[in-house]
Amino acid sequence: MQTHLLLEMAAEAIGDREGYTTVEGGLSYAEAFRRAKGGANFLSRFEGDKVVFLGHNGPAFPLALYAAGLAGRPFVPLNYRLADADLRKLVARTAPSVLIADGTMATRVHGVEGVRVVTREAFEAACVDDDNCCAELPFVDQDIAILLFTSGTTGDPKAAVLRHGNLTSYVISTVEFMGAGEDETALVSVPPYHIAGIAAVLTGTYSGRRIAYLHSFAPDAWVQLAHAERVTHAMVVPTMLSRILDAMELLKIELPHLRAVSYGGGRMPAAVIERAMQKLPNVDFVNAYGLTETSSTIAVLGPEDHRQAFASPDEKVRARLGSVGRPLPSLELEIRGPDGKTVLGPRESGEIYVRGEQVAGEYLHKKVLSDDGWFATNDAGWVDEDGYLFVEGRLDDVIVRGGENISPGEIEDVLRQHPSVVDVAVYGLPDDQWGEKVGCSIVCADPRPETAELAQWVQTRLRSTKTPESWDFRAELPYNETGKLLRRVLKVEMTKDIAA
Amino acid sequence: MQVKPGSRWKSAVDSTEVVVVRPPKGDVSLECGGHPMVALGEAAPEGLTISPDFSGGTSVGKRYVDADSGIELLGSKAGPGSLSVDGRAATLKDAKPLPASD
Repeated sequence: MQTHLLLEMAAEAIGDREGYTTVEGGLSYAEAFRRAKGGANFLSRFEGDKVVFLGHNGPAFPLALYAAGLAGRPFVPLNYRLADADLRKLVARTAPSVLIADGTMATRVHGVEGVRVVTREAFEAACVDDDNCCAELPFVDQDIAILLFTSGTTGDPKAAVLRHGNLTSYVISTVEFMGAGEDETALVSVPPYHIAGIAAVLTGTYSGRRIAYLHSFAPDAWVQLAHAERVTHAMVVPTMLSRILDAMELLKIELPHLRAVSYGGGRMPAAVIERAMQKLPNVDFVNAYGLTETSSTIAVLGPEDHRQAFASPDEKVRARLGSVGRPLPSLELEIRGPDGKTVLGPRESGEIYVRGEQVAGEYLHKKVLSDDGWFATNDAGWVDEDGYLFVEGRLDDVIVRGGENISPGEIEDVLRQHPSVVDVAVYGLPDDQWGEKVGCSIVCADPRPETAELAQWVQTRLRSTKTPESWDFRAELPYNETGKLLRRVLKVEMTKDIAA
Repeated sequence: MQVKPGSRWKSAVDSTEVVVVRPPKGDVSLECGGHPMVALGEAAPEGLTISPDFSGGTSVGKRYVDADSGIELLGSKAGPGSLSVDGRAATLKDAKPLPASD
């Protein structure tokens, strides 16, 4: 099943309803479908076999995504925050292609061989051209819907392949068609080149929930837009949430229409989610865990789970606030040992494996699914007795000290509970005696606590082997633009420091 | 008829259209309103009417399954005819939507 059928169905069933909006204006589903067909005819006239998108959020993004599908060309949204040299390298890898760029970005990607650049304005004009909208589309047999370059914190970015079947399977098995009320609006501020941005277009269209786009995230603008558009639903990454709460207090804006906030894309500090639940008691919170390679969400901690955990006197139930909930019923999940075969039991930490129709597990020219369909996520985690999944971070980030596996997340969580600690990153550093030792980079409020006090804090709550031996105090920690902590950057810097 | 995943079919007797979400194990006859469906884009035979035995209706956005063949269909356009596979009425698949996570 092709992704653009989702839009066709919405156009047929609820065509008059507004589907996508920004400050510049809105677009109904019927009109969006008409324009996407126009865009597809326009794109089909260019040489090339891919449609690249370099731009901010807005209705042109879903139009370009659906138009690419209708034209039978994989859609490749690119990260406009990359440095010019890196961006042009990725653009070159998409050749032969046609590239739609925001007017302000077009000059950055001109002159790459095999890549024809058109401006967003030209594309949008072509979408409304009657000749384009009415023309028959050529049939193209193409089952790749999306190519998404992974952030590439190690080595060159890889192009993850998402097929139409993976994405539509995710949508129709998790979302009720037209399940959203006419008063529902989702605020989308994650960028188009993030899997959550893509999933939001597809699930928003299928549920009939209007999307209000924020061009790019800024806390004040987010709160103001949420208020002005009477936003009911929103997806944020953890670093956005605390900034949004700050902005609400600073601007003195309440969000009475907000009903549901989902978060994902990184570890949520317990203090932040607890503050959010206190400040917004009527909001349903959902923690969603997923990867690009799995077409977005694979496990969900729902609103009831949040409330139960929040109110429970039972340590085990309360701890679930730090879990990502239970796997979707439409897929299978296992925790496996280092051999990649042995399936581990409750509370045993290993690598998270998933299998299901939404799991693509494929890069361009390289399928990484096992013969029986399992995908190794490269994330470490464990499952409790009731099936709640706890993600410990990237497998490569797990610290191996004298044969003991230590999860950075666990130590970070403990340090974050210290009243003076603002932010913290834990990583492994080379050590002659133990192979690796625990290091941390930490941001503290004034007055800065003594190292000994912080070490004592960890030692009494965990144990001495998990107590950091290297302390690096900083003003702030590095994050990428989607809110992922760049733990590896710190690790490399600090490893150099040791060597020097 | 050969029914491929992702292929789209329309009813010969009403407005119903479906898309194949999961293919059947072998060849099957895919029907709506009691008559074989045709591939979208092809001409349907004329003069047929909905059989009363298959007139329960098909909804858009609902999934239908036939356990014997393993086929799963998604209604992409609604109609008064109901779906069947080799004469067996297809059953509505219970879907439990998740809380919005995107």
